[in-house]
Amino acid sequence: MGAETPRTNNDPAGDDGTFMSESAPMNRTLRMEIQSDPAELKSVRVEVESFARALGMTEHAAGKVVLAMDEALTNIIRHAYDGAADRPIEIDLAVRDACLHVTLRDYGRQAPRATIHSRDLSDVRPGGLGVHIMTKCMDSVDYQPAPDGGTTLIMTKSLRDSDNERTNGPCHD
Amino acid sequence: MTDSPIQTITWEGKVAVASIAGDIDLHRSAALQQGLLGLLDEQPQKVVVDLSAVPYMDSSGVASLVKLLSRTRKLGVALVLLSPSPKVRSILEITRLDSVFTITDSKQEATA
Repeated sequence: MGAETPRTNNDPAGDDGTFMSESAPMNRTLRMEIQSDPAELKSVRVEVESFARALGMTEHAAGKVVLAMDEALTNIIRHAYDGAADRPIEIDLAVRDACLHVTLRDYGRQAPRATIHSRDLSDVRPGGLGVHIMTKCMDSVDYQPAPDGGTTLIMTKSLRDSDNERTNGPCHD
Repeated sequence: MTDSPIQTITWEGKVAVASIAGDIDLHRSAALQQGLLGLLDEQPQKVVVDLSAVPYMDSSGVASLVKLLSRTRKLGVALVLLSPSPKVRSILEITRLDSVFTITDSKQEATA
């Protein structure tokens, strides 16, 4: 296997340095910097699931965040970096306004936003399911090309109603 | 180096039972696909993919199963998914493939 544990900064303190107890976890953040190596995916899943569960998400809801994150990372590795295993990916998770914000930053090839969409699921064939899964699992999914190259992907999920599928609720920017 | 996701292949007559273990993601899905498609060279009448020891699968793993489904249909070979975990069942539901695959929790039914 040989996957290294991602560098993380699991910060239980708020921006003001105040420790937030489990009953008030709303300022928690998680930051990881990984390489675009598929062998890193499992470690990321473990970290993200642990973080989401610590926020009070159910196992089911946390699983959806993990799946959306995994699909997003897979797309970055495959499409932005053409399978190169040594390129940087920055992962940030933060809670704001009772919503989990997941931000993924890559420095690879940008895809035109119009080309990023779900496909017809009645066409049973391998591939092309990642965007559909991400939009089903999260409340919002937004790709923003970065001016200096690469892409910032921002996904959100409400912590109030996180067991539901896409709610278009309070997290929909 | 990728450990093989296919732990064992057992035969019950012309039925091949492939037991898969561990998470199936981009790191391991290619090996899974290669192993499952290679199994078809043995000319089974039915392939049972035992997913009971797969805690997690992403769309790359699903794509490997869809590729296997496509190939088995062309060859006239039956395909059954056995005992997917809740997370694996969930991704099959999200992608609406739960109604495309034959899925059962009964090994007796799967290998019949």
